[in-house]
Amino acid sequence: MSAASVESVFPRLEPHLLSVSKPIQYVGGELNMVTKDWDCAAASEDGGPTVRWALMYPDAYEVGLPNQGVQILYEVLNERDWILAERTYAVWPDMEKVLREQGIPQFTVDSHRPVGAFDLFGISFSTELGYTNLLTALDLAGIPLHAVDRDETHPVVVAGGHAAFNPEPIADFVDAAVLGDGEEVVLKISEVVREWKGEGSPGGRIELLRRLAVSGTVYVPRFYDAEYDADGMLVAVVPNHAEAPVRVRKHTLMDLDQWPYPRNPLVPLAETVHERFSVEIFRGCTRGCRFCQAGMITRPVRERSIETIGAMVDNGIKKTGFEEVGLLSLSSADHTEIGDVASGLADRYEGSNVSLSLPSTRVDAFNITLANEFSRNGRRSGLTFAPEGGSERMRKVINKMVSEDDLIRTVATAYSHGWRQVKLYFMCGLPTETDEDVLQIADLAKRVIATGREVSGRNDIRCTVSIGGFVPKPHTPFQWASQLDPTTTDERLRKLRDTVREDKRYGRAIGFRYHDGQPGQIEGLLSRGDRRVGRIIEQVWRDGGRFDGWSEHFSYERWAAAAETALAGTGVDLDWFTTRERGYDEVLPWDHLDSGLDKDWLWADWEDALAAADGQDIEVEDCRWTPCYDCGVCPEMGTEIQIGPTGQKLLPLSVV
Amino acid sequence: MSRQQPEQQAPPVQRLRIRYAKRGRLRFTSHRDVSRAIERAVVRAEIPMAYSSGFHPHPRISYAGAAPTGAASESEYVELGLAAVRDPAEVGAALDAALPDGLDVVAVVDAATSLEGSLSDLLTASRWQIDLGDLAVEVVAPAVQAFLAAESVTVERMTKKGLRSFDCRAAVARMDVVDGSVGAALDLLLAHTVPAVRPDDVLTGLRETGALATPATALLTRAAQGVLDRDTGTIGDPLEAR
Repeated sequence: MSAASVESVFPRLEPHLLSVSKPIQYVGGELNMVTKDWDCAAASEDGGPTVRWALMYPDAYEVGLPNQGVQILYEVLNERDWILAERTYAVWPDMEKVLREQGIPQFTVDSHRPVGAFDLFGISFSTELGYTNLLTALDLAGIPLHAVDRDETHPVVVAGGHAAFNPEPIADFVDAAVLGDGEEVVLKISEVVREWKGEGSPGGRIELLRRLAVSGTVYVPRFYDAEYDADGMLVAVVPNHAEAPVRVRKHTLMDLDQWPYPRNPLVPLAETVHERFSVEIFRGCTRGCRFCQAGMITRPVRERSIETIGAMVDNGIKKTGFEEVGLLSLSSADHTEIGDVASGLADRYEGSNVSLSLPSTRVDAFNITLANEFSRNGRRSGLTFAPEGGSERMRKVINKMVSEDDLIRTVATAYSHGWRQVKLYFMCGLPTETDEDVLQIADLAKRVIATGREVSGRNDIRCTVSIGGFVPKPHTPFQWASQLDPTTTDERLRKLRDTVREDKRYGRAIGFRYHDGQPGQIEGLLSRGDRRVGRIIEQVWRDGGRFDGWSEHFSYERWAAAAETALAGTGVDLDWFTTRERGYDEVLPWDHLDSGLDKDWLWADWEDALAAADGQDIEVEDCRWTPCYDCGVCPEMGTEIQIGPTGQKLLPLSVV
Repeated sequence: MSRQQPEQQAPPVQRLRIRYAKRGRLRFTSHRDVSRAIERAVVRAEIPMAYSSGFHPHPRISYAGAAPTGAASESEYVELGLAAVRDPAEVGAALDAALPDGLDVVAVVDAATSLEGSLSDLLTASRWQIDLGDLAVEVVAPAVQAFLAAESVTVERMTKKGLRSFDCRAAVARMDVVDGSVGAALDLLLAHTVPAVRPDDVLTGLRETGALATPATALLTRAAQGVLDRDTGTIGDPLEAR
């Protein structure tokens, strides 16, 4: 880790920037960017060593910059005068080539400092498909790919984000993984590093990792061994270090009103995927949709109050100049005071060009009321609903209860209020699903169009059906499920497409978007894989694999070939990790990582799903409004549901 | 309720013309990047913008003669249509504070009191400084002479419509060799023509007529942009008072 100062690589980079696509993504200079002295702690109150973080979102800048998680941590860390945090993103292959040819290392966009010079290298994984980009960044940074090959001169590589709830596939490449909310734990980690550096880095890297591991909240994979039996079944993941805890717990941030971040949102110059300012109105979801990893691992629900939301929206617009504000959460209409939030904000910004949007809404007529509030200026572009399951039976299996009639009533309300386009999200490949379940999506879409034409009296009604392949995720009731193989997935979707197109009365009014099954299988491999999958990732990366979330870069053949080579002799293969159904007794690679969910509750919920598939009437209701059903999270983590209503209303902003 | 027609917006009551600079790392912004930054900055600066009509009202901002991605500039222009009359200098200061460092407001005037004609009418030429790296003045000078002596210099460039060839000599009103950061630099006065001749087209021309090994990515800086006076070989300020 770092000398007294490090030089910016910008002078070496600049002459080559016009030879790569969209050079603006590599220069930084965003509004609200922070630049600090390399040794900023020297000027701080306490003096002492500076702790330096390089934060990465392992995808292209246009995807990574808007990421809320990285922006929040960037700000929380930089608020401390003894911490320096800068950002880095995955470079496209044309830039990778330039960096290799010119011997320029992976750099931060803020001050163009080499990532390898920082104390900590934190990577936020929203999706497993960023793993190969991690390897590129490590390699370009001059950090050995394997954690065991690193020494005191290299940053401690820390993974976070939802994918870190099963970091086993990248266990060889990271020094540590952190589960759950990052705001507090990054500060705790920083303090451990500061203390250790202040003492003169005693015991070297291993001692630092030990100190992190004994805290009980940082997972250090090298202090655990994975054992397999002769058939290749995982037997156990157990500590090999006396002080490493048997299970590592997730972090839960309570009282979100105390953490109103981002306060100074970054505004990029380059065009990015989200051209808006977002306010997270609550964290967590207890609707209990069984496929949804986010809803399972972020429990319990913690709301921001209506007043904090109002203040954050106001501040965000002033600080960024964005005129579009998204109210973010896993199911935004579920906020206890969403009606007052919507009308209060709509009143405040009436007559201005500020527009509000509510992503992630459920199929519920109430949402139309909200949407009407959010589009008082007359703009009625499109509404999105996610029934997820095509048939009522499937919706019972996934515990996302909405009847077909409810759905039709909801869209009828939407069309009669001036909306002409409705987008519907579904999944294909859910447990116990048959062709018939998926084909019902076509009937549903046709009914949507017919209803829309009827209530609006217009013929230009459209409905877009988007379908994603279901990928079973760790820490969910479907973690034991068999994933549908790519061939059957593709066939099922082809049948659906043909059924939609056959009907000339509706075919043209229904748009159809779907993905091939193959990338989903690789995502499944990386989601539920164990440490042996690391070899596959490395092989794919060595064979040129990059940007696996991008269809133009993804190669199924490369992954399949690497899986065959890397798993040779283990007794297991790609199908074993993906399409195989797991049993109750099986040790899962993430069993030693504690999301708070009781494994027996998850299993019971999985059995309920199968019973619902057979026609039993079982519904798990939301614990915000019904008694606790013992998922285990609150007692295990010492947390509680934090929701309104507060009874407050938003007052008009003082006139500027 | 069916579709409502959106309200018609009133036309601007004041038009402000702004000269701004694109400096440092922000020279890598594209024209679209700059427009987004300005659109957000007018909101942050709380400038009372006039908006266009329609379902997606946009603030009335017009751009003219934007420098290419990668070129620094001391002389870019934009016109803001305001819904209320404001002091130009105050708007300029507020906008400058709201823009990221490197997009810097240089001057602001009221279009009603500055030269007549639209901005694009007034922007007929640019003065470019082109740094040629370590190429020496003695090497560059003869190549420039050869170029200027030619009647026409045909160059080719790949455009969206395919490979096009055109003359790059006629647009050059003046070209001098001066000292650069290490070696030589060009001081180039280039008329805005159709089809557009860009500074790098002139570099291509020098490569062909003078066999000069010009760098592939020379550092370009637009020093001035405005009304061309071919007789004197100078550029007039488009923001000059009437």
